[in-house]
Order: sequence, then C-alpha cells, then structure tokens
Amino acid sequence: MNEENAEHVHPDNKTYLFIAAILTAVTGIEFGCLYIPALAPIVAPLLLSLSAGKFVLVVGYYMHLKPDPSLFRWVFLVPLGLAAIVMLMLLGLMR
Amino acid sequence: MSNTAAAHYTSTGLDTRKIAFWTFIGSECLLFGTLISTYLVYEGRSVVGPTTQEILNLPLTTISTFVLLMSSLAMVLALAAVTSGDRKYSIVWLATTALLGLVFLGFQVVEFTEFVHEGLTISTNLFGSTFFTLTGCHGLHVAVGVIWLTTLTILAFRDKLGPEKAMNVEICGLYWHFVDVVWIVIFTVVYLLQRGGIR
Repeated sequence: MNEENAEHVHPDNKTYLFIAAILTAVTGIEFGCLYIPALAPIVAPLLLSLSAGKFVLVVGYYMHLKPDPSLFRWVFLVPLGLAAIVMLMLLGLMR
Repeated sequence: MSNTAAAHYTSTGLDTRKIAFWTFIGSECLLFGTLISTYLVYEGRSVVGPTTQEILNLPLTTISTFVLLMSSLAMVLALAAVTSGDRKYSIVWLATTALLGLVFLGFQVVEFTEFVHEGLTISTNLFGSTFFTLTGCHGLHVAVGVIWLTTLTILAFRDKLGPEKAMNVEICGLYWHFVDVVWIVIFTVVYLLQRGGIR
C-alpha cells in the first residue's frame, strides 16, 4: 500500500462542530441578504458564492474528500463537471 | 488486516464499496443536474396558476435547510462514535440523524400541502411540474436515507455495529451528505435566487 492509499486521518469532532457553525452562519447570511436592498446588485453572485462555499465545506470535510485519496476526488469531480456542462448547455440552448 | 476486510480491497488499496459508492454519487450528480436544469429552463414560463414568487415560503425552507445541515453534523459524529467503538453515542447520533431527516421530510410535507391548498399541483403548470419533480425526487432520497439510518440504529442497538463495521456507516454518511449538498444547491437555485427575483 503506497502513501496515497494509506489510512487518511479524518477531522476531529471540534472541526466538525466548527464547520457546522460556519454552515449555520452562512445559511443565516444567505437568508438575510435578500432583505438588504443595498445588496440587490450583487445578490446573485453573492448567494452563488456562499452556496458554493457551503458545498465545498460539506464535500471536503463531512464527506472527507479533502483528506481521502485523490481517486475519490476524481470519481466525484468528473461527473460533477459533466453535470455542470450539461446544465450550462441546456440553459444556453433553452433559455 | 482480517480476511473479511481484505476481501473488500483492490490493488489500489482502497475499499471497493467506497469507490463504487462515489461512482454512484457521480451518477446522482448527473441526475440532479438534469432535474435542476429542467426546473431552470421552464422557470417563469408558466401561463397559469401560482408562480414561484407568489408561493414559496422562504423562512420555512430556511429552517428545514438548517435542520438538514445539522443532520449532517449528527452523521459525522455518529461515524466518529462508531469508529471509536462508543456504542451509546453511535445509537444517539444515528437516531438523531434519522430524526432530523424525518423533521426535514415533515417540513416538506407541510410545504407540499400548503401548495396544493393554494392550487399548485404537479399538473397545474410548468412550475408545479418541475418543482414537485425536483424537490420530490430529493425528498425520496431523504426518505431512503432515513430508512438506511434507522436500520443502522437498530444494528447499533443490537450491538452489531462495532468499529469493524465503520465503513458501512461511512458509506451511509456519504449518501446522507450528498443529499445535503444537493439541497444546498436546490435551496439556492429554487428558493433564494427566485425569491430575490433573479432569473
């Protein structure tokens, strides 16, 4: 078994709690953003960025994609990229 | 490494069940990507009936989103407890995760019931068709996860879920967290962006 495939250390419970606190705060911020008129011009990119941040935190830490071997990352990211391309093409063609 | 554990490993040194499950999750990305695209393509094209901005209940959905995020926390704590051989907390956290999943489903039932009372069904208009298909498909995934978690809780209760079975819990966790990340996307695309009037 090479280094890549060796046992990978998962985050500890403190890290999990910290991530949960961030996820809760970001969800609250997302909700609050809609009620601040000054943010209207940037609300779409802001919400998408916050959502992407939550996505990365859950996948990276809770699904252990960050500490786990890179093969898992590729098995997930390739179809995810393909799904994103399908979405963009469908929206480009149909909207 | 025991014979039982060795049977699940390949020349890559990785657990075959985990590779298979990540592949399944990859295919699920395509499924939900297509459903979300379909929703977005038809969004705002309904000729009759209640539309997105008239009917979506954002505060309620924000609370249900919080519930699902907290269920993910309970899931990782369950995995940590199973891995360390802590039977009591394995049961507690697995049951908590299943319970929070049930609460999320309860919120969805309330939302769907409200919509039907407002006159929006799956056959009312394009919004109804795409919305119920997308969120219903996600809800079905949550329901499968709740059944899976309940099974694991029963196994833990019977003392049949020791550290040697931690991979079973990790795979269930992968499924549960994936359901969570799909909801993160749906919450943003269907609820937040539409409520903000962004198309």
